[in-house]
Amino acid sequence: MNRSFTRRAGMLALVGVTAAAITACSPSSSSSSSSSGAKGDAKTATSAADMGGMDALVAAAKKEAALNVIALPPDWANYDEILKGFAKKYPEIKITSDQPDASSADEISTAKRLKGQPTAPDVFDLGTAVALANTDLYAPYKVASWDKIPDANKEKTGLWVNDYAGLMTVGYDSSKVPAPTSLADLMKPEYKGKVALNGDPTKAGAAFAGVQMVSIAQGGTAADPAKGIAWFKALKDAGNFLSVDPTPATIQSGQTPVVFDWSYNQTGVTAKVPTWKLWAPDNAAMKVFYNQAINKDAPHPAAARLFQEYLFSADGQNAWLRGGATPVLMAAMEKDGTIDKTAAAALPKVSNPVMPSQADTDAAKKALAAAWPAAMAG
Amino acid sequence: MATPVRPRRALGGLRPSGALVGVVPFFVYVTVFLLIPTAVVVIGAFWGADGPSLGNIRALYEPQGGYPNPFPEALRKSVLLSLYTALAGALIGGVLAYAVSTAKPDGLLKRFVTSLSGVLAQFGGVALAFAFLASFASNGLLTLWLKKVGYDLDPNWIYGWNSGLLVVYLYFQIPLMVIVFLPAVEGLKPQWREATETLGGTTWTYWRRVGLPILMPSFIGAFLLLFTNAFSAYATAAVLVSQGNPLVPLMIGSSMSSEVILGQENIGKAMALAMVVVVAIVMALYAWIDKRASRWLVR
Repeated sequence: MNRSFTRRAGMLALVGVTAAAITACSPSSSSSSSSSGAKGDAKTATSAADMGGMDALVAAAKKEAALNVIALPPDWANYDEILKGFAKKYPEIKITSDQPDASSADEISTAKRLKGQPTAPDVFDLGTAVALANTDLYAPYKVASWDKIPDANKEKTGLWVNDYAGLMTVGYDSSKVPAPTSLADLMKPEYKGKVALNGDPTKAGAAFAGVQMVSIAQGGTAADPAKGIAWFKALKDAGNFLSVDPTPATIQSGQTPVVFDWSYNQTGVTAKVPTWKLWAPDNAAMKVFYNQAINKDAPHPAAARLFQEYLFSADGQNAWLRGGATPVLMAAMEKDGTIDKTAAAALPKVSNPVMPSQADTDAAKKALAAAWPAAMAG
Repeated sequence: MATPVRPRRALGGLRPSGALVGVVPFFVYVTVFLLIPTAVVVIGAFWGADGPSLGNIRALYEPQGGYPNPFPEALRKSVLLSLYTALAGALIGGVLAYAVSTAKPDGLLKRFVTSLSGVLAQFGGVALAFAFLASFASNGLLTLWLKKVGYDLDPNWIYGWNSGLLVVYLYFQIPLMVIVFLPAVEGLKPQWREATETLGGTTWTYWRRVGLPILMPSFIGAFLLLFTNAFSAYATAAVLVSQGNPLVPLMIGSSMSSEVILGQENIGKAMALAMVVVVAIVMALYAWIDKRASRWLVR
């Protein structure tokens, strides 16, 4: 994930080097995770049944008494409620939330650097590109509701599984700008210096999806971002495209009145800025999933698996839904009636959302990597 | 037999002394925070997916997918931005430092300006960028005031590398110049000016023949400090300009933590190496100019 808010990337390289130097000196502490007493070994368990059932998994996790999560900003997809909910249900398990503002790439580099240490992350929440590039780092695991997850949303051995999807939306402060009804509206002088994208699309996944969405709306495809790039270039030439990186602070102070970002980040803003509204072009609904995975070298393997079970239970899925995200089990929960109906009704209405395939995204990245800097130059 | 003399001398040079122990912490510090990172950068810059390679260096200039490579342009902008802000900062800050030096030594003005400069020189980064946005962005305080008196400020000027960034960098460049240059101008003795006037010189003669030659080496040194200060600045620009990475530090940041285009960390290291080369060239130039500028000094 990349909150892209308060990024500390500049120092990361240096910190990484020093941290590597320091960890190289300290003796690698043995994993604090024997989880003995349970029926199965949590480290290799691929389902709760392997542990001797859900109760045994809970007992083993309580015994470990700790869970390390990473890169989960409280205002991203309602993670605040999820972590609090988990802590309330299992008060014996202490959650350590490390680097909430890190990117997906940072999650993986941290796991590699801290391998074998008790502070290494137990679970990942990753953008698809990073998730697919590092499958050798995950432990396969199938949650209780595994069979209800559509085949397209999971790796068949359980290495990773889609968790929640965001809808690419345009958020705007209705007290500062008129409500847009089409992308062409955003080119008007009323929006001069007011339209921002959540990060640089060659760097942040959310911004990349923003370009894909505009491309689709302009008659292009998810695989070919040329029309999206041309649109943003025209927006820039019109003087409407803001280069500033939007943060909750810039939104609250009114410096970024229009922001392209995931629905589940925009919903959080509305709580602080009541006039913040969501809009998405009718012809370009685009959804993209994030992916959940368990660290193969998790210092707390049972707690990691229990957290995964929680995320894919009705509690976890409804929490994402309340945050403005579409949980992967949405259809199944609508059928069995466990869904939070109020939250489901509050989701932005879209028809036939586009879900870019990995091949689409790879092709789009290739085209974007060179074309975006050229379009933004000058 | 004269040979035994030399080994004894060599050994004598290596004998551990108390003074050496004192500098050990410094060497450890330099190793951990300077030598190791530099080695990581240099090795990484020449390391490809499968062993040593020049691919990262080539990625800095070869055209990509039919578009010109953005790196040379970013390097040019980085160097020019640093040069302009260092020049403007050094000139304005230099004059300001002189003005302050003529004030009463323990007066309120001097104490105020020096302590203010000390704070402002460290004010760069996210806080400065946000203060700048709150003043000049489309809904900024000053923009709205100006609108009330009938002047429409273009809200986009603050994001250009050659407009807004120039101005915002001066917020920390000028105070830094005041701090580092003040001791030099305070070294100017009033007697020198009196001597010039006794010999029939004008103010111009004094500055041309006495003041400026004395100040020149410090001025150039301070200018260099300002240049590298701007060249390596990251956070201020990162907040204001998150699109298109017009400056090298922004490109490096993007290559390190991009979650869209993976595996370009070593290209980032190659860019860092290019920055090291630029600073090395500037240092060499400085050494040469300094030598010429202080030729009149007896050393």
